[in-house]
Amino acid sequence: MKYLTFMSIGVFALLLIYAAYGLPYRGDPNALVNQEISLTGTPVASSYYIENAMKDANTPNMVTTVLGDYRAFDTLGEEVVIFAAGIICFLLLNRERKREARKQ
Amino acid sequence: MKHGSSSPIILLLSRVLSPYIMLFGMYVIFHGHYSPGGGFQGGALLASSIILIRIAMEEKVHQLHFNKAYGIPLGAVGVLIFFGVGFISLIMGGYFLDYSLLPFPGMITAELRFYGILLIEVGVGLAVMTILVAIYDNLLEEDDDESI
Amino acid sequence: MNLFDFIAGHYDYWFIIILLAIGLYGMTVKKNLVKKLIGMTIFQAAVILFYISSAIKADATVPIIMENLSVDNPANYINPLPHALMLTAIVVGVATVGVAFALLILIYKNYKTLDENELLELMK
Repeated sequence: MKYLTFMSIGVFALLLIYAAYGLPYRGDPNALVNQEISLTGTPVASSYYIENAMKDANTPNMVTTVLGDYRAFDTLGEEVVIFAAGIICFLLLNRERKREARKQ
Repeated sequence: MKHGSSSPIILLLSRVLSPYIMLFGMYVIFHGHYSPGGGFQGGALLASSIILIRIAMEEKVHQLHFNKAYGIPLGAVGVLIFFGVGFISLIMGGYFLDYSLLPFPGMITAELRFYGILLIEVGVGLAVMTILVAIYDNLLEEDDDESI
Repeated sequence: MNLFDFIAGHYDYWFIIILLAIGLYGMTVKKNLVKKLIGMTIFQAAVILFYISSAIKADATVPIIMENLSVDNPANYINPLPHALMLTAIVVGVATVGVAFALLILIYKNYKTLDENELLELMK
């Protein structure tokens, strides 16, 4: 059973090495993510962000513009996830609620 | 679990270091438009400055520093700042989280977006700081009784 | 495309694959639940590194606009999108690790053990 697990991990690593044949070289400026036009003819988002971040939001840091303006709804979702994690920890581990539950 | 340390070196060093970490966290939040930074990183730094005091001091002292009861409500305030900025622009006739319609007089669209991003970064920083401190508090809640 | 160029041109992926295999080993082989959680964190760090390494462009600088570099040519700046995505993923990862530790504390309080086999015995 243990050898089977190790073998499956080895197969997993071999699959990933095989998948690296389809990945672009490190730092390749002509990779698909760095082009202006994608394979289907639509404009690529990251080139748009680089060209228009300063004009749209007057902010030199493009990462802040992407995080706070273009993808603000995404960031709102992430913040709600963090808040939900805090609520879950509070509900699971709160001592006062357990003590009151034991009194009854 | 025993709280607090009795070593004077740890007490003095944590007391000296914590305000500077907090100041750097504020700098990271408010300078996030011009350098690497933003609400998430700055909130994590602010939380680390509070947790440093919590590790070093005993409970009586660190509850004066940041009370345990404020953790979750201040996180809710942070989420509501973010949601409120989006909702104001919705009320003013635009889309949700479209900062170009925020009611600040005398500014062009790009400046309005600049200040909209700053507002939501403050909300994100507040929420991340308080939620991380609340998770730490809840994880370390000591058991005086062994049942449950 | 000879083999040496392939290996040298993808060298960051080999370290990421090693980290992914270590994380999977920790999650599947180890019996202690805390060690499984550590494996999950290593796996997560590997995924974050993969995204960050996909943002790299040769001869480009960080995505903060400078005076002497034009924004009209996107080859001057590296890709800002993976940085923005992973920034949120790191903090959400910390929050999920907090939830996982809360669950582990409750499991330990109820069963007095964190070993997987003993837990399966106790649950029967």
